[in-house]
Amino acid sequence: MIQYYFDWSVIWRSWDKFMAALGLGLTLAVISLAAGTVIGLACAMARVYGPRWLSWPVWLYVEFIRNVPLLLLIFFVYFGLPELDISYLDKTQSFILTLSLYAGAYMTEVFRAGLASIPRQYMEAAKAIGMRPWQRQRYVIMPVMFRITLPAFSNNLISLFKDTSLAAAIAVPELTFVARQINANTFRVMESWLTASALYLITCYVIATALRLLERRYASIR
Amino acid sequence: MTLEPGTFLFEAWTARFALMNGLWVTMTSSFFSIVLATLAGLLMGVVLSYAWWPLRLLARAYVDFMRGMPVLVLILFTYYGLAMFRINVPPYWAGVIALAAFATAHVAENLRGAVQSVPAGQMEAAKAIGLNFPKRIWYVIVPQAVRRVLPPWVNTCLEIVKGTTLLSVIGVVELLLASQQVIARNYMVIDFYLMAAMIYIVVNFSIAQLGALLERRFSYIRY
Repeated sequence: MIQYYFDWSVIWRSWDKFMAALGLGLTLAVISLAAGTVIGLACAMARVYGPRWLSWPVWLYVEFIRNVPLLLLIFFVYFGLPELDISYLDKTQSFILTLSLYAGAYMTEVFRAGLASIPRQYMEAAKAIGMRPWQRQRYVIMPVMFRITLPAFSNNLISLFKDTSLAAAIAVPELTFVARQINANTFRVMESWLTASALYLITCYVIATALRLLERRYASIR
Repeated sequence: MTLEPGTFLFEAWTARFALMNGLWVTMTSSFFSIVLATLAGLLMGVVLSYAWWPLRLLARAYVDFMRGMPVLVLILFTYYGLAMFRINVPPYWAGVIALAAFATAHVAENLRGAVQSVPAGQMEAAKAIGLNFPKRIWYVIVPQAVRRVLPPWVNTCLEIVKGTTLLSVIGVVELLLASQQVIARNYMVIDFYLMAAMIYIVVNFSIAQLGALLERRFSYIRY
């Protein structure tokens, strides 16, 4: 085994950079999750309640996104949109767009499963007491569905946060990018990657714990 | 359709070897990762379910570590980290090792779930009729756990195939990087990315179909 001397001063010197990168990664994940939730909700509703002709484009969207590697999607959006003369997105915005579409496809499946798992009697009962369609959604279906899908939310947030690492491929300065940069500039291989790994692990763990508390608070009674 | 330079068909035909080579690298690296991850994952799954508690704790730490890390970081870490220790691994194998190490955790965790979902009475009954531990596992637990572990295992395989795109970051010319190189030559960005996407979809659908076939083969009722 070759001797390796750790020199953490490199990391401390660029600690601000790491923190900014971590913040950026979290922001990207949260924005994408929010946008993905909206997309997913719309698509799931379209698929469950919508007309037939609306259901196959949704299916196509979901299957396309889920079967194509995320990195390919990122490149596709980042390099492909300017080809279509849509060139006002910078790399971060383009990544947010991609990750939102990506999250949207997964959230569609989550919400579809959530909607499917709501007993039909809820809807019937809501109809029976004379609720309007939007009232049924707002007061009966949605609250139940969100509680059922809460664990999937936290899973998705964590996996989206991990997926923000792919933004490094188009030079968005998030954690992986910064670690790679420091690795390349200073040649402190172990320090930079151990720091990045530790930050990812800790953040994922914190998110998971926080959301587990939230889940316990709002968990549906099964 | 005319085959003139600048048309998609012409460019695709010109680039056929590059793309096929890329596809080959994608498929072999996925294959090796899947095999490695499955073997290691099965072992670790058994450790997670049955082993002496310090071993189990180690396996759990490994699984949680892997599940909390982005694959890309893992791949970069493996690639640069191994080089640091003068272990000269080509990027291809560094990537395969990293992907396999990542997927091992998923296979193990899924297997643990499957094993624990087999009712305890099964194990007790197997003990009662005097089977020893390997036999209990092999004849009683495995046939039941396999059915439950197959769907998530197929999912992990698909994740691995998609994960091989990340090898392009460390310079393995798999399908994505091959497409990018072709695009760098002819600037047909959308066409070639779409084609790569289609190829991935075909590969993934085939694997999903194979998985469905396996699931039928191992289902309770043989069709």
